[in-house]
Amino acid sequence: MSVAVDGAPSTRPAILSTEQRQGLALMSPTFLFALVMLAAPIIVVVAHSFWTQDYLTIDRTFTLDNYRIALTEPIYRDLLMRSLALSMSVAFLTMVLAYPVAYYISFHGGRYKGLLLFLITIPAWTSYLLRVMSWKVILGYNGVLNTALLGAGIIDEPSTAFLYNSNAVLITLTHAWAVFAILPIYVSLEKVDRTLIEAATDLGDGPLRRFLRVTLPLTVPGIVAALIIVMIPTVGDYVTPRLVGGKDGVMIAGAIEVQFKKGANWPLGAALSVTTMIVITTVAVSCVGLLRWAAGRIR
Amino acid sequence: MRGGRRFLGVNWLAAYVALYVTFLYLPVLLLPLFSFNDSAVPNFPLSGFTWKWYSGLFATPAMLDAAKNSAMVGLAAAVTSTLLGICAARAITRYRFRGQKAMSGLIMAPLVLPEIIIAVALLLVMLRLGLELSLLSVVLGHVLICVPYSVTVLIAGFEGFDRSLEEASADLGETAFGTFRRVTLPMVAPAIVSSLLVSFIISLDEFILAFFLTGTESTLPVYIWGQLRFAARLPGVLALGTIMLILSFILLTIAEIYRRRAARRANVDGGILA
Repeated sequence: MSVAVDGAPSTRPAILSTEQRQGLALMSPTFLFALVMLAAPIIVVVAHSFWTQDYLTIDRTFTLDNYRIALTEPIYRDLLMRSLALSMSVAFLTMVLAYPVAYYISFHGGRYKGLLLFLITIPAWTSYLLRVMSWKVILGYNGVLNTALLGAGIIDEPSTAFLYNSNAVLITLTHAWAVFAILPIYVSLEKVDRTLIEAATDLGDGPLRRFLRVTLPLTVPGIVAALIIVMIPTVGDYVTPRLVGGKDGVMIAGAIEVQFKKGANWPLGAALSVTTMIVITTVAVSCVGLLRWAAGRIR
Repeated sequence: MRGGRRFLGVNWLAAYVALYVTFLYLPVLLLPLFSFNDSAVPNFPLSGFTWKWYSGLFATPAMLDAAKNSAMVGLAAAVTSTLLGICAARAITRYRFRGQKAMSGLIMAPLVLPEIIIAVALLLVMLRLGLELSLLSVVLGHVLICVPYSVTVLIAGFEGFDRSLEEASADLGETAFGTFRRVTLPMVAPAIVSSLLVSFIISLDEFILAFFLTGTESTLPVYIWGQLRFAARLPGVLALGTIMLILSFILLTIAEIYRRRAARRANVDGGILA
């Protein structure tokens, strides 16, 4: 039915140009909004990263000093590396934990698929601040986890090891981004042609081999999407490191905020933002390439 | 429902999924639990049932102001992002034109940008232009991040939409606007409702942009952030969180019902009969 509709634009150039014009006109309000509110501000940030600030006035002489500071100054370099390592760990852990769940829903969900997916989305729609807060309550010195472990006789006194470190950040972010990993993997699992799996079975593959050689390679797009959707936003997360991170859990977003609030040093803040974006994009693109290559090798 | 593989009499995959869902729900369900707890310290064992944190909440003018601000910001952001979303979704599903991919790429970009970068960029521009930070700047920021979600929901509603109905309407002498209002709009109404609700929930819960772009007035998450510094205020925050959780859940359920209705309409042949 829809094939005929999609193929409809005929060869007559007059109609094509009307179609072009109408489409562009319809798209333009949203596009202009994104241009003014997103593209322009980011260009302004990039411009600032090449300037310097003298108290509150901006000196517009081109300089790479901000980038030199962002990349070599130990505080910023370490913060960036730590944020990167943490967001990569979060993305990987979230993906690994989410895969079996997506697999279960897709292959064993039956007619409850929609309901199961909805149930899994609900926690993601509750206030992010409050979920982080809740982890603080769970992991704290007088928290739920310590109380439970004490009650079970596993530890003798409450442990301070759970909260205010990078593990707390890892747990909290893995919880917060779970659904963003489950959904893309689920979508790619749904696309797997079930007859291919039957064929593998007929040809004598066991469950593990069948999974590793048929299902897994076919779901690489979902895995890649999950990794990227989680990795990129978490690198700039501000709330979780501030609330549960403690001294070891501080991430780059905190440093960026400091440079922008109270007029501290906008150009340096801008350079830190741009560096973070470039680094995370590079890592994300490499991940995509690596995974595609690996999927090709398995087959 | 076909069961998973069993080993030692246990379906390990199903057990793992149950464990994972518990992990997802545990922090969310602790909020309401502790919000009814008599003690100011959220901890087990619970010390008794109380409504006091809730009644205290409604006697807090700052909280009520924040709630009012959040409602206004959410409403404005939802309506604006849905209008912008309709334009983009309709253009993407109905027309083919040069630059379409690039344009939709920019519109969807906020999905894959760290929010702090968006917040900082908008803050910088507002300050450089000498604009006063206010709830309006928060609305603009929220619209930016809501549009990709609106577009996604609306594309699903517009796709597979039987265009012959519109052509029939035009053939019968209806104007372009008339066709849109009387044929297209009713068909995509569920998707529009879903988009409005989803954007409203996103705006209601969004913190970073509101934190950076607000002037003197705060939204609920910004208010909560301020309260988190004081340990004694935590139960009140948990009570507020519980109310927000229930509100989000209700709106989300309605949005989901409408989204499914939209999807069903789009997929079924001759949807108007169904």
